[in-house]
Amino acid sequence: MEIVQRPHHGHLVRWAEHRPEVLVLSADLTSSCEADGFRDAYPERFFSMGMAEQNMMGFAAGLAREGFFPYVHTFAVFVSRRPFDQVAMSIAYPNLPVRLIGFLPGITTPGGVTHQAVDDIGLMRLLPNMTVLECGDATEVEQVLDLAQAVPGPVYVRMLRGEVPRLFDPAEPMVLGRARLLGEGEDLIVLSSGICTEEALRATGALRAHGLSVGHLHVSTLKPFDDPRVRAALASARLGVITLENHSIVGGLGSAVAELMAERGIGARLIRLGLRDTYAHGASRQYLMREYGLDAMALVRAAERLVGEPLGIDEAALAAVRLETMGRAERTEDL
Amino acid sequence: MESIPVRPGVAIAPGDIRRVATAIRRRVLEHTLENNGGYLSQACSSAEILATLYLRVMQLGPSTAPPIPRPFAGVPGADNPHAFTGADYNGAPAPELDRFIFSPVHYALVLYALLIELGRLGPDALAAFNRDGSTVELIGAEHSPGHEVTAGSLGQALSQAGGIALARRLRGDSGRVWVFMSDGEFQEGQTWEAFAALAHHRLGNIGIYVDANAQQCDGPMDTVMTTEPLAARLRAFGADVREVNGHDPEALAEAGAGVGGLSAPRVVIARTDACRGIDRLRERWPKLHYVRFKSEAEFNLYRGLLAGLSEGDD
Repeated sequence: MEIVQRPHHGHLVRWAEHRPEVLVLSADLTSSCEADGFRDAYPERFFSMGMAEQNMMGFAAGLAREGFFPYVHTFAVFVSRRPFDQVAMSIAYPNLPVRLIGFLPGITTPGGVTHQAVDDIGLMRLLPNMTVLECGDATEVEQVLDLAQAVPGPVYVRMLRGEVPRLFDPAEPMVLGRARLLGEGEDLIVLSSGICTEEALRATGALRAHGLSVGHLHVSTLKPFDDPRVRAALASARLGVITLENHSIVGGLGSAVAELMAERGIGARLIRLGLRDTYAHGASRQYLMREYGLDAMALVRAAERLVGEPLGIDEAALAAVRLETMGRAERTEDL
Repeated sequence: MESIPVRPGVAIAPGDIRRVATAIRRRVLEHTLENNGGYLSQACSSAEILATLYLRVMQLGPSTAPPIPRPFAGVPGADNPHAFTGADYNGAPAPELDRFIFSPVHYALVLYALLIELGRLGPDALAAFNRDGSTVELIGAEHSPGHEVTAGSLGQALSQAGGIALARRLRGDSGRVWVFMSDGEFQEGQTWEAFAALAHHRLGNIGIYVDANAQQCDGPMDTVMTTEPLAARLRAFGADVREVNGHDPEALAEAGAGVGGLSAPRVVIARTDACRGIDRLRERWPKLHYVRFKSEAEFNLYRGLLAGLSEGDD
């Protein structure tokens, strides 16, 4: 599988070249948010706002009212927690087209509790008018700006930085409000988002090899959450539904699925995998994914609970699942 | 070098502080070399400030924490009686003793190095730095040695320290509250809200040392968002401000005198050099926030500097 280095860095520069209305605002994390290329290429459209996120949100709102499209770049915690009131009142309430690009989702940083956005999806989903998107791979990093720019109101983008795997064929575009169908099946329905989709692919591969029929959808639009294909898949679940997300199980994908199932009267069991209403701490991504049960093995264990028996899938079986970028042909075969 | 034991109230010579400051820089440089990365410039700028605070300014009891840092015991919550903070490395709290609140927690490595030099942490404590399951975190958390509050979202510690200072005044404690801050934190609006409240409530039992190194992640502060004239701004907010050479232990110690008997917060703006003691770093300017060596030649060069680190002039 291809690993792409800093996909947002170069893409932002190319994408913004002929969009003079696009501005970038930064709060002392310019290189950390891969916006230094934009800063150097278009210095007249880049604004350093210092470590002052509440004020930055107000400036973004004012710029948006005047017809610009501010792309606010900072860490996800500093988009969602510190300036929550300013985002709610100055940006979301007047439905302004500010794009909030939040880096270091969930436990992808060893920076500990103050740097780990484990509640950002929930906080942003709470806000009326807000659209909430999350990138799961390099292809989505390169396509999410198009999606965000097409939305007439505010958008929160949960972004990836650094080394990002390419799971999805660039020819298969990311579509607003539509999940990616990664596999069809009816024993279990798996919905995953963000970096957890790579883990889920590993687990679903092993589960299928074990003879289970597993449907799998990758969710990149967390709000609005009304994709008919998601509804249909949920309704088809024979043994149950599992969600897997790099976020608290409160307020994120698991909550969105629970709400949808309850409102549609879909009576299947639901297991939400993610941070179980806890904060995390500083450690490596792999360690934390294991500790908090966000990895492939956690999904296998959840599947065993729904199936009602041990499946005998071990670490070696999961490691043996080869992951490739999902092109058209492979996907068709997979279906 | 031998560790300097904890001796609250016992006079420490400026030379001792310089020796500790140099040892901090050496240990942080060593660690940066071993791990290919570290907050090295923060050690350069703040070593004398932190050493002076611990050795000359603050009245702290002996550490009551284990020299080998405890592993992470879970986040605080009703179902976790095992959670702890790292404040016990600064001694048990007592009405007459001071409290230390460490705000810019990306300086954690510098604080750990100091605690080792003071014998409050074991000599091998950095072996656990940034290791999975450890409390010796890259970005200090409240369970990290020497830390007491959650502060890594910058600009939040001063308000919490204000609450602690207010509580101590209400209780009639004679002990003071000391806060270490970075100058970048003066970009956050909350810092100014905190100063308004400290002055309004006439809190004179709090002293704030600021490492004014004029550097931040994106580069020189005056290119990112200027906070100068810092002293004039703080005075306008009602603070009792001293401006000193942040590498001069005597000046740093004197600037803290009288805190506890004041009717306004004392701020010591310590003007510092982010390359102090490691001149070679200047060639990396303005990229100083996090130092990572790029080539074997650069490694060797900095390895060679280790032995030569000297205590320098004020």
